[in-house]
Amino acid sequence: MAVVKVDKLARSVVEGPSLMTGSIPTRDWMDIPVVFKPGNYAYPTKPNILEYLDSLEGVSFPNAREWNPEDDDWKLPENWKEIIINGLAERLGKFRSLKIFMDCCVRCGACADKCHFFLGTGDPKNMPVLRAELLRSVYRQEFTKAGKILGRMAGAREMTVGVLKEWFMYAYQCTECRRCSVFCPYGIDTAEITMMLRELLHLVGCGINWALEPVANSNRTGNHMGLTPQAFKGNIDFLCEDIENLTGIHIEPSFNRKGAEVLFITPSADVFAEPGLFTCMGYLLLFEAIGLDYTWSTYASEGGNFGLFTSNEMMKKLNGKMYAEAKRLGVKWILGGECGHMWRVVHQYMDTMNGPADFLEVPKSPITGTVFENARSTKMVHISEFTADLIYHNKIKLDKSRNSHVKATFHDSCNPARAMGLLEEPRYILDHVVDNWVEMPANTIREQTFCCGSGTALNTDEIMELRMRSGLPRANAVRYVADKHAVNTLACVCAIDRATLTTLMQYWNPDVEVCGVSELVGNALVIEGEKRADLTEGLRTMVF
Amino acid sequence: MATIEHNGKSYEVDEDGFLLNGAEDWDENWVDYVKGVEGISEITDEHQKVIDALQEYYKKNGIAPMVRILSKTTGFPLKRIYELFPSGPGKGACKMAGLPKPTGCV
Repeated sequence: MAVVKVDKLARSVVEGPSLMTGSIPTRDWMDIPVVFKPGNYAYPTKPNILEYLDSLEGVSFPNAREWNPEDDDWKLPENWKEIIINGLAERLGKFRSLKIFMDCCVRCGACADKCHFFLGTGDPKNMPVLRAELLRSVYRQEFTKAGKILGRMAGAREMTVGVLKEWFMYAYQCTECRRCSVFCPYGIDTAEITMMLRELLHLVGCGINWALEPVANSNRTGNHMGLTPQAFKGNIDFLCEDIENLTGIHIEPSFNRKGAEVLFITPSADVFAEPGLFTCMGYLLLFEAIGLDYTWSTYASEGGNFGLFTSNEMMKKLNGKMYAEAKRLGVKWILGGECGHMWRVVHQYMDTMNGPADFLEVPKSPITGTVFENARSTKMVHISEFTADLIYHNKIKLDKSRNSHVKATFHDSCNPARAMGLLEEPRYILDHVVDNWVEMPANTIREQTFCCGSGTALNTDEIMELRMRSGLPRANAVRYVADKHAVNTLACVCAIDRATLTTLMQYWNPDVEVCGVSELVGNALVIEGEKRADLTEGLRTMVF
Repeated sequence: MATIEHNGKSYEVDEDGFLLNGAEDWDENWVDYVKGVEGISEITDEHQKVIDALQEYYKKNGIAPMVRILSKTTGFPLKRIYELFPSGPGKGACKMAGLPKPTGCV
């Protein structure tokens, strides 16, 4: 998808009318139909992917078919409306949060301008309050007395094909980042509303391929990328060769090793694509430096969980894989890499989905003896917590001058920041591995961090302009520190970020590179016995 | 799904023009078709080397190699691969070799 020139898009976002309506709205939002055209929707799920998923135990993905969002006829099952209303009834009964969120909004509007999708598109239906109204209006019609009697006067409306199409449009223009929820006086979690919209759409076979193909891959080969065990191992071995060429450090990682103390799990993109590869090299060097007794798994070879972006059952199934493998291998606890949404699943859903993981031990660092009380129930520790603890206890030697090519700022990845409160640890690490890193403006970091704009499986190329628009608030804050402090590196702790912020920076701030925090750790690590070449770009330096 | 016709043969492709049935449908005629789309004037030994490397790796591993492995097996730095395939190793070379598009956090 070709994207318009950067200056033109910037003007359009600031001065232009709404992306969907092309004008300042003059009609009620209920009267404005959605229009699908190339570039404003992600491709539907391929039928063979859906058929495969539907064949699995414990999940349901019916109504696989060829369909095109641009067509009038979406080839919905005949009783589609009944399916949707029954599906909503079932979920209202199952999830108390959904029932509360349907009832308690007072339309105060605090959320409206907090959404990066609204800021980037100017489309009123991207205000979180209105995104939720897309569902609430149907809820009122079907499940409240006022709505049944007063209809539109009470904000209720009939479930129609047009409404369904609207859901598909806006459930996939939300990255479930939960920035709006920070500002909501009631704490309405828009992510959970989007999750429900997506679940309901799956009931009638309407989903996007960029979410469901990774889900299918993860179930089939162990990871989103679809890396087979031999490719997964081959890639990590290859990275170890690179590390040896760069630093003289010889690493022999183990795979599927029973009896290891720790199972390490990270997003598979870290072992496949740049710049995640460099983050992975950072992990490998760190574990070698401290002599950690750990293993990789080719079965639980994915930290990410696109099930979160799909359905509760799918999320549960993919999350369960990590714990099943930990049990099979007999490890004591799990160490997790720099993934974003994995931590939302682990911190907020794991306990009641697959937990508590009583067969594992409360995580205790074998190097420092620190017991990670916060992970007492899930038995899973974030690499930044683990690394910060090592630094605090002086267990690793770091040389900041090895990052002298880096002038960094830190992007709080949405889920570690807002879903698990991981705010200080990455900063503490940065303090020790780079000189004079700087913060972006206060209302764009920590709990108020702006999303990369492409999370929840929206990191696909066919919606590139939407991604560049929704990522603009983040890019704008980066631009501010790039101009003011000559920042050239955007550090983060999420694999989707590493991929999508790279594209976003190439578009808005071409001089800024993106890296994982662990890459900067790997750059700075001083390891006994090393024979390190002069690495002017750290682990990214090409040596032959 | 879309169908592409080239020199009297038809191919089923996905939305981005990647072969849906991979190796099953792949042939020299497909290479000729992608050559045109990619704006490549002539398929050289270097192009062929990249295609062979991709297909061989895919046959063994069921997925495209990471770019660094492709560089190492062919001896071409990434810059050279971009010169050979203007859309890059994923969208250009993989498409020509009949490999699927990678998904996930990439």
